[in-house]
Amino acid sequence: MPDMDAKASGAAVVLGVDGLDALVGLLVAGGYRTIGPRVEEGAVVYGPVRGVADLPAGYVDEQAPGSYHLTRKKDGKALFDWTVGPHSWKRYLYPPEQLLFRAERRGGGFSVLPAAEEESPLAFIGVRPCELAAIAVHDRVFSGSGVVDPGYAGRRDGAFLVAVNCTRAGGTCFCPATGTGPRARTGFDLALTEIEDGKRHLFVVETGSERGAALLAGLKAPPADGALLATVTRLTRKAAKAMVRDVPKDTPQVLKRNLDSPRWDDVAARCLGCANCTLVCPTCFCATVEDTTDLSGGVAERWRRWDSCFTSDFSYIHGGVIRREIRSRYRQWLTHKLATWSDQFGVGGCTGCGRCITWCPVGIDITEEARAIRAGEGRAGEGRR
Amino acid sequence: MRDPMTPSLYRVDKVVRELPDTATLGLVPSGGDGPFSFRPGQFNMLYRFGMGEVPISISGDTLDRSRVVHTIRAVGSVSRALTELAPGDEVGLRGPFGSSWPVDEAAGHDVVIVTGGIGLAPLRPAIYHVLSNRGRYGRFVILYGARTPNDILFRSELESWRSRFDVDVLVTVDSAGREWGGNVGVVTRLVDRAGFDPLHTVALVCGPEVMMRFAIPALNGRGVPNGRIHVSMERNMKCAIGLCGHCQYGSYFVCKDGPVFPFARIATLFAVREA
Repeated sequence: MPDMDAKASGAAVVLGVDGLDALVGLLVAGGYRTIGPRVEEGAVVYGPVRGVADLPAGYVDEQAPGSYHLTRKKDGKALFDWTVGPHSWKRYLYPPEQLLFRAERRGGGFSVLPAAEEESPLAFIGVRPCELAAIAVHDRVFSGSGVVDPGYAGRRDGAFLVAVNCTRAGGTCFCPATGTGPRARTGFDLALTEIEDGKRHLFVVETGSERGAALLAGLKAPPADGALLATVTRLTRKAAKAMVRDVPKDTPQVLKRNLDSPRWDDVAARCLGCANCTLVCPTCFCATVEDTTDLSGGVAERWRRWDSCFTSDFSYIHGGVIRREIRSRYRQWLTHKLATWSDQFGVGGCTGCGRCITWCPVGIDITEEARAIRAGEGRAGEGRR
Repeated sequence: MRDPMTPSLYRVDKVVRELPDTATLGLVPSGGDGPFSFRPGQFNMLYRFGMGEVPISISGDTLDRSRVVHTIRAVGSVSRALTELAPGDEVGLRGPFGSSWPVDEAAGHDVVIVTGGIGLAPLRPAIYHVLSNRGRYGRFVILYGARTPNDILFRSELESWRSRFDVDVLVTVDSAGREWGGNVGVVTRLVDRAGFDPLHTVALVCGPEVMMRFAIPALNGRGVPNGRIHVSMERNMKCAIGLCGHCQYGSYFVCKDGPVFPFARIATLFAVREA
């Protein structure tokens, strides 16, 4: 991975809207595939952006359990007043469908041709602090635990990350509880804080890597003064205070000793098993494989596709499905995300983005379920094992 | 960088039809891979062209580097297609993966094997290892259960092990006709009859989960603690390298933390329904 662990280094600078446009332009000119927020079908999603004109100016999202609404402020100018939508950057770093290899018949045998992967490097515009944390989690999953996924590592190594700090709390997110926001501390090339108060519209830009500094140097931006930096702190602190959901530190232990809590039955009665939470989650990484052949049977392909522990055949082995009940699947997901994940990867699986709460069709709140399991401790004997 | 999801090519060199639904394949590298080495209890991912890939335990002898041996029971479309292969056919292979039977740790102890059905296959490399190093171990007991006398896997080998004076082999079947003069009943009943010293025993258990649910209390009942009982777990696997998530078992990935676990490590989880 590029060296982005250093704390934001170098003096922060100030860019106007034109300056941000020029920054995106430099990335485009540098051969990057620039991906950023766009409004599509009523939501902020991540797709190709070529400049500031593509960004969702004036849009604000209202999120609540099971609910997402995007509205446009009349005369609104802010480019990043929304928080997070249904997409996360994993769809670019670990795409939903990946060709693993192609095989061709030859006589009695066959040959295997690896999937060629020569893509231009990615540049992400507008990565939220919780999303930087999610990318850091995937770094551990896909290259930090002994086995390296070369596709992920290749895309990740080249990726240029422009973060954006959150100055507004989303309706479901809780990054202060997971220690992942709302201000980015590490893991970015550049980090923006947008200040738009009617009188002025500018971006304070902090540098997190050498190549971030190199790119910025091309823009001749003036340094940010102490008052502006204080504003950045004030705005992000205000956002932090507006987030109320909590995930207590001992949640892993609480969940692990309550695998027979009656609350699992309770949540199973509400959960539809639809897998939305796992698809919008920026850290869920489960995948399945699919084999195809052409009509002649001479060429076969093997594809990897996103999968979800909520599907019934996820745990299938000959003779049957292991997790037959939704109760078991929800328990697997929640305990993995909030408890066993850190045993496996040394870091928590939840970054507090709130997507699973917003995009759950029935509004199940992961933090509320964890709390309820804690509250129900002692009544565990009533549940089934 | 080599993609760990890309298989190496192996040619089927030898096929033994063990049972109507079970075959043993000997594989040799055909794509330039060097000699294959593994530890008893590990598994490979075997790919049949265009059909898919499944985890299969290695059932051969670690000392025999001439071919990689797998014993496969047809339980699904891919495993069935693998059992239908003939010499000369090619398969894809990734591996070896996973943890192994604690054959070194067991030195100086009695070794008790409790297994049923196809579960004998993943244990055969451990049996070969104990027999090749017979002097390093105390008593050696193999307890094996099959559905019927016609389902007994590796029958001639079981008979030859049984003919040795330094191995106790007890076989039972769930049901049999009159011509069967042997034991009838579940394999766990044999645990009570077998001669071993529970205070100095390492038990290796592999079979259907329901068999393990009875075998472990039976071993505990004889005085073998969970820390010296080792089990091989089975879960859905798509990648075998801890990336696909399918084999998660509590904090463990069965593919890389298992498949062989000291039972003490998973005892709590094992008691949880649908974990």
